[in-house]
Amino acid sequence: MSTEHTKNGSLFTPFNIVAGIILAAGLVVTVMRFTMGLGSVTNLSDNNPWGIWIGFDLLCGVALAAGGYTTSAACYIFGFKRFHAAVRPAILTAFLGYALVVFALNYDVGRPWRLPYPIFYQQGTTSILFEVGLCVFIYLTVLFLEYLPAAFEWKGGFDKYRSILVKLTMVLTIFGVILSTLHQSSLGALYLIVPSKLHPLWYTPYLPVMFFMSSMFAGLSMVVFEGTLSHKYFHHKMDEDYNANYLDLQFAFAKGAAWIMAGYLAMKLLGLSMDNRWHYLFTGYGAWWLLEVVGFVVLPCYCYAVGYRDRNIGLVRLAAPWTVIGIMLNRFDVSLIAFNWQLPSAERYFPSLGEIIISLFVVTIGVLVFKFIVTRMPIFYAHPAYKDSSH
Amino acid sequence: MFNTLQDLMLHNKSITYVLMGVVLVCFIGFWRFLTGREERNRRY
Amino acid sequence: MKRRHFLGLMGAAGVSLTTGVTAKAASSADVAGLPNAGGVLFDASRCIGCRKCEAACNQVNELPKPAKPFDDLTVMDTARRTDAKSYTVVNKYVPKPGENPVFRKIQCNHCMEPACASACFVKAFKKSETGAVVYDASVCVGCRYCMVACPFNIPAYEYDKAFTPRVMKCTLCQPRLLEGKLPGCVEACPKEALQFGKRRELINIAWDRVSGNPDKYVQHVYGEHEMGGTSWLYIAPKPSFAALGMDEGLGTTSAPELTSGALAAVPAVAGIWPVLLTGIYAITKRKDKIAEEEKKAAVEAAIAKASADAEAKLAEELEKAEVAGKRRIEVEVKKALEAAAKEQEGGEDA
Ligand code: SF4
Ligand code: SF4
Ligand code: SF4
Repeated sequence: MSTEHTKNGSLFTPFNIVAGIILAAGLVVTVMRFTMGLGSVTNLSDNNPWGIWIGFDLLCGVALAAGGYTTSAACYIFGFKRFHAAVRPAILTAFLGYALVVFALNYDVGRPWRLPYPIFYQQGTTSILFEVGLCVFIYLTVLFLEYLPAAFEWKGGFDKYRSILVKLTMVLTIFGVILSTLHQSSLGALYLIVPSKLHPLWYTPYLPVMFFMSSMFAGLSMVVFEGTLSHKYFHHKMDEDYNANYLDLQFAFAKGAAWIMAGYLAMKLLGLSMDNRWHYLFTGYGAWWLLEVVGFVVLPCYCYAVGYRDRNIGLVRLAAPWTVIGIMLNRFDVSLIAFNWQLPSAERYFPSLGEIIISLFVVTIGVLVFKFIVTRMPIFYAHPAYKDSSH
Repeated sequence: MFNTLQDLMLHNKSITYVLMGVVLVCFIGFWRFLTGREERNRRY
Repeated sequence: MKRRHFLGLMGAAGVSLTTGVTAKAASSADVAGLPNAGGVLFDASRCIGCRKCEAACNQVNELPKPAKPFDDLTVMDTARRTDAKSYTVVNKYVPKPGENPVFRKIQCNHCMEPACASACFVKAFKKSETGAVVYDASVCVGCRYCMVACPFNIPAYEYDKAFTPRVMKCTLCQPRLLEGKLPGCVEACPKEALQFGKRRELINIAWDRVSGNPDKYVQHVYGEHEMGGTSWLYIAPKPSFAALGMDEGLGTTSAPELTSGALAAVPAVAGIWPVLLTGIYAITKRKDKIAEEEKKAAVEAAIAKASADAEAKLAEELEKAEVAGKRRIEVEVKKALEAAAKEQEGGEDA
């Protein structure tokens, strides 16, 4: 990215300055974390073993990287072939997202060099976390294979491998959907084991289903949202094919998101009804639950629906980041806010500066790598030499 | 308070069945709302 | 086409839902449940809060020296929990203001179906035959999911270690048990508030004591069924266990049962999804093909219709042309005849 900006004259754009500060602070915290232990930079405690490195980096990261499987499924399985120009950016974001999730996990676990243990050394198969780890590991590989053709086209000279991978598109897509179903829902299932710690408004046997459904509209919303952003900053990189279908894609995804959100809302209500949890709605946590569900599911869903109905792209583009914030709120609620709700407030968790810095650090790295790749490789446009192939 | 799990479930599930019906009807309504102007908006 | 897309997604959600609910744990006939496991019975009405058990635990487990010595009883003025430097703590509770305090010892309960073991993705925990739930630091990754999962908030973590952080919790003095000795805390208790034995027998002793003195004790043995049962059992004076800071709402469902549904859904997804997704893909392709064929047919029909129209028009034109032609001929013939007639007339005149 620096080359690009020196061309424009200055390295000290506001973007570069902010990114630079975050990276520098992140490196300092990184050194502290790995030389002095978790306790030196986090607010984690024996009662609150998981903080925002799980609640944000893992839970939000994985949910928001769902754009990869939703877009490739829409294009290759559900027959929205004219959107295939959107698949590459979505796969790239998903790949980066998952890579960063794994990167961030190295900060959170106590002995990161043992992260391969559960897969290769001693398998605790009764653990939901084992399933999450295994699926994320395999899915990261699948995403890498799906992304590789773009890198091959960029470098050239790998045509044989590239064409093998392109032939595998269908298989990889189906694999991706299976793995995503499994680990997206399993992230919710992680909390099935703690009925006594998670507030009854959030604890329901439907947790896995809800995490899976919300990952679908999270993915769709992220694609719409990123599309809008990318359009603003990388417009010059996009080819006709991408631009021509760009509006149609946003509308189609708006419709999809609105419809799935309606289903999600139904599940939320039926979940309360199944266990007769209605009376909790009249407590403080109930008000918070209503804020999450009405403010960040019902309203953005309605916004999407009206946007689609009236072909009002402004509303659709408003609903997308709104939904994304709602997803993050939901993941925070389950993992932090409604978790340990019975503990006295002095024993509750609030992230430390160090934890926030690392989370920002990880996001910044993601943005920088994304920028590096899309300004060089054929992501938003089909490579002229490979234009006819459908990948 | 209920004396048996059976009583509790009888109560909860009865409510849930009614809610399910309501939900299904709402789905139809929402679908019609969502797609109501599709024909008009279609551009060939 | 779009409609089918969303119906497909909804149906998909439905499938994962049903599989999640219908699946159940292996039948209890296959699980023996360690009937000879050891355990400890704690009687809160006997505990005097001397902290001798804390001191003994610290010593036998070679844990670091605490900031305040064990004979300093003011430590108990604030509620504590187990941490990386103490496997057990004794807390003071005053059920009713002005009455005598009651004490409770906290440590790992050595669950019969431990949540920590169910949650660990490298099998670092194991319920051993002695009854102890033991931990193996040599495989632990430090994900701390065991700490999240434990319903009693027992395991602690060495957050201050950079390279060798471990999960720390009471071992039921497994090494001592294997040598035939009593747990350190049990041995040190001067009031027999702690009693080691087979869990099965301890339950009977507990019930005898509780039912023999119904005015004094809560009529419940805590740990007999909580979370599937625990090796460490508690009886307490009235009014309640909640007055001793214990969660009375944990229920009897064990950790493996809580997750078995979700675990059973995993292979179901692997079995159903490929079929369903490929099916949807096939339908999509088929619909595309039909749409393609219909389009082709429509185009052909249009062409056919166009040429038919053209032919009709041509025929009409021809007909028209013919009529016009005939007329012209007739006119010509008439003209010729008239001319001939005139000539004749003229000839006769001449
Ligand atoms: S009390 Fe907690 S740490 Fe001890 S065995 Fe039970 S779940 Fe594991
Ligand atoms: S922290 Fe260690 S013992 Fe606990 S679940 Fe993770 S790997 Fe297992
Ligand atoms: S059984 Fe052993 S490790 Fe556990 S509290 Fe007693 S002395 Fe400590």
